[in-house]
Amino acid sequence: MASVSVPAAGTAEGLLRRPRATTGFWSWVTTVDHKKIGILYGVTAFAFFLVGGVEALLIRLQLARPNQQLLSPSVYNEVFTMHGITMVFFVVMPLSAAFINYLVPLMIGARDVAFPRLNAFSYWVFLFAGLFTYSSWLLGGAPNGGWFGYAPNSVLDPTRGMTFYAIGLLMAGIASTVSAVNLAVTIINMRAPGMTLFRMPVFVWMSLVVQFLLAFSLPIITVALVELLFDKRFGTHFFDPVAGGDPVLWQHLFWLFGHPEVYILILPAMGIVSEILPVFSRKPLFGYQFVVFSGIAIGFIGFGVWVHHMYAVGLGPIANTAFGISTIIIAIPTGVKIFNWLGTMWKGDLTFPSPMLFAIGFVSMFVIGGLSGVTHSIVPSDYQQTDTYYVVAHFHYVLFGGAIFGLFAGAYYWWPKVFGRRLNETLGKIHFWVMLVGFNLTFGPMHILGLQGMPRRIQTYPKELGLTFWNLVSTIGAFTIAVSILVFLANVVLTQRKPREHEADPWDGRTLEWLTSSPPPEHNFDEIPTVHALDEAWHRKYAETEDGRVVPVPAGGSGAGSEAEGHGGHGGHGIHLPSPSYYPVVASLGLFVLGYGLIFSWWLVALGAVVLLAGLYGWALEPSVEPSEA
Amino acid sequence: MGAAGRETGQGVTGTLRKRTRLITALVGLSVLASACVSGAQQDALNPQGPYARKSYDLFVPVFWVAVGIFVIVEGLLLLFVIRYRRRKGRPAGVPPQIHGNNRLEIAWTILPALILAGVAVPTVTTIFDLARRPSGQVLEVNVLAHQWWWEFDYPNEGIVTANELHIPTGKPVVLTLCAVGLGYGKQPTPSSCQPGPPQGAPPAAVGDAVIHSFWVPELAGTQDVIPGMTNQLVIQADRPGRYSGQCKEFCGLSHAYMKFAVVAHTPEDYAAWVRNQQADAVMPQPGTLAATGMDLFLNGQCIACHAIKGLQDANGNPLVANGGPDLTHFASRECFAGCWLRTDDAEQLAKWLDDPASVKQGSWMPDYGLTPEEIRALVAYLQSLT
Repeated sequence: MASVSVPAAGTAEGLLRRPRATTGFWSWVTTVDHKKIGILYGVTAFAFFLVGGVEALLIRLQLARPNQQLLSPSVYNEVFTMHGITMVFFVVMPLSAAFINYLVPLMIGARDVAFPRLNAFSYWVFLFAGLFTYSSWLLGGAPNGGWFGYAPNSVLDPTRGMTFYAIGLLMAGIASTVSAVNLAVTIINMRAPGMTLFRMPVFVWMSLVVQFLLAFSLPIITVALVELLFDKRFGTHFFDPVAGGDPVLWQHLFWLFGHPEVYILILPAMGIVSEILPVFSRKPLFGYQFVVFSGIAIGFIGFGVWVHHMYAVGLGPIANTAFGISTIIIAIPTGVKIFNWLGTMWKGDLTFPSPMLFAIGFVSMFVIGGLSGVTHSIVPSDYQQTDTYYVVAHFHYVLFGGAIFGLFAGAYYWWPKVFGRRLNETLGKIHFWVMLVGFNLTFGPMHILGLQGMPRRIQTYPKELGLTFWNLVSTIGAFTIAVSILVFLANVVLTQRKPREHEADPWDGRTLEWLTSSPPPEHNFDEIPTVHALDEAWHRKYAETEDGRVVPVPAGGSGAGSEAEGHGGHGGHGIHLPSPSYYPVVASLGLFVLGYGLIFSWWLVALGAVVLLAGLYGWALEPSVEPSEA
Repeated sequence: MGAAGRETGQGVTGTLRKRTRLITALVGLSVLASACVSGAQQDALNPQGPYARKSYDLFVPVFWVAVGIFVIVEGLLLLFVIRYRRRKGRPAGVPPQIHGNNRLEIAWTILPALILAGVAVPTVTTIFDLARRPSGQVLEVNVLAHQWWWEFDYPNEGIVTANELHIPTGKPVVLTLCAVGLGYGKQPTPSSCQPGPPQGAPPAAVGDAVIHSFWVPELAGTQDVIPGMTNQLVIQADRPGRYSGQCKEFCGLSHAYMKFAVVAHTPEDYAAWVRNQQADAVMPQPGTLAATGMDLFLNGQCIACHAIKGLQDANGNPLVANGGPDLTHFASRECFAGCWLRTDDAEQLAKWLDDPASVKQGSWMPDYGLTPEEIRALVAYLQSLT
């Protein structure tokens, strides 16, 4: 352990001196600070969001008119596959990770996550997984079998694309599994005094559920991906019916992961919205326990609905009935959440800055995605809708109208905490309205297209099908979304140029992160707050009189205001914080090289393994306690 | 493709069309939507047989229930946004801190559960209904999914055709679906989709097959076609007409180009069609361009994959299809190449023969470097195969 005051590093017997940069490039490469890692996750995932967005625009250009050949089938298949992989694994999951990393320790009153170097390792493996997967464009072709990678097509495809897919996603899976364990341990063990489980903010609860979903679902896709890799690289027959394998095995494994994955993507956004709606309604979350328990219920039931992706496989009426009913059941806790968000706004004192607009946008769009989801539980009706654009519409209403709107809500809400500046309100409102219109123009018509007979993943369609008009509308909508993203980017650039406002609590917040300075000091809190209630920060500011009115607590009245200045009190001296380290990035670099080795050369495998082992040994032998403080 | 056949039955389906329009109108812009619907050919909202109608009859009530819930939830959201917004002139006090209400929680757990249970009952009965094999007289057809075209084998009639599935109206058609790979057809008895496993289709037939999905929305829901598995699907058409279908499961390069059509005839017309298909191929008049085309066909590479009933190879053996469509009555079909091109369009045929991959990327039919003269002769021959 080092301290915030300059550590006397380099005297112990580590392989390398511990890095000491606190600013600049090396401070970011070697950081183990959950806040810096959160920002790294956010920036990286947003960069991938722009790339995945460009892929979406290419798809929409190709489909804007019938019989187009702007993208050939082979390129189109690569583009839609990479769009899906990117948005799921390299955008929404890491964007959620950005929020969880940055906020969870602050919200539970901890100084960092349980395993800070492991946290850095997760980030670097994720980054390398993304770069690895994208490098396939230059090394013989990108994955082209869909994000769902159905065997045997993925096995039989002669290009290397799906091998990159298997290894890239295995790496991303390592990153997520490691971080799932890390964050679950953090939430369970590192809460501030008095922060019982049922005083945790809903965002922390949803994060916890997500970490368990990750820890239990990622091993399943790991099995599937290893089998795919073996089939492709070493000629095994896991999915080959002639040799006794089974193509449907892939589907079971993939969707047994894939459906919990949907909730991995949406629950963090639900948590974000559950934080924002109360603040801008100036009321506590309606039915806190019900929102928490419905989140947990969704997590459990989410493991029991995977066959609703496979009704047409031919598993028989009994399987289809069972999974149809479980899919119906999962709608109930989802509905409970929506009604509780409505209840939160009921009789509130509502204001509508950008975070609130995006949160309300989330609720209203998610309702549409949820309702179209219920139609998927009506199995015979889904016999028609499956694998059509109706499904594309449905999950974009959930993952864009839901997750992306929720994540933008979070970005606007916590921006002043992370960067010490509020994003511009006018640009934020323009962003919201343009994105809302563009989103509905893009994905609304896809419901109609699907029912009118447009299957998914087709490179083009004949004019005779009568799909031209709505496809054109959808393409126009996609470019409208692109404009709104440019507005957001402009907002970010303009805001960075402003001087910092350093408002600790700009929104009259309810949770612990608003008690510390903006941005928070490296050690988060000078004094770890003692928690007495749910919405602790609110209760330090307001009290209820005997006749039930809520009045502000006089300044200094509660004696708990001192944390509001991060650099007050001890000024951070003497607080133990983990020191930066080179080893997480070294170890993850080893995995990166190893990945290429599995495709190109056993020598690269050996090299990667050596780098990985060197990184892990250095990591293990790194002095964790300063000699002067031991 | 096939606009002519579709006009039949337009009046009878008028009410269905209206309902279709009503739904689309609600989803989008009514005028434009209905304009689009009337041109659609592959429309799940336009069921033309009892099996498609079962799916549709569940979708419609569920759709309206969903609309109702949508209106209630979005209405409440809008109401709260307007009613409880902070207004000028109102004291900006902190509102009462309401933490929840157990009765409300129970209500909005139980009520949706009841609605969903109501929806679940017809869902389950329809699932079992659709899984039941129809009793009485049926037509049996084996459907073989290739990369990237459909082959239809009528075991009891001795007919093999491609891209177009012809059926009689008013009679359930039981389809047995299997996915076949390139090795398919090398067996002495081609075109059989034996029920299995464990017997299964012959190993070579599925060795390099991928998953496809059979979908002709106006006649039935989707059924995946999976290597090593033999699935069944029942379709039925009420009225004569041409119903568009398409492969729905991503199956590689030319997935988008794997279309087909179901052509429903009156029982009399269907019987005539069967008689024509059972006959040997028409022999061209000697000395015509078509006869030159036939010679090219027999002496070139075509017979490596394609069969034409009634012709013999140089050794006097009948032709055996080996991965390519049976061409015996090629010109009796409206479309070819995954129903992407028209058989009566000589230009499209010539383009296909010249460079198949320019139409369907990855097509297993090679470019044999035929000269324009050879292509003209082959086109003439193929178009003579009625």
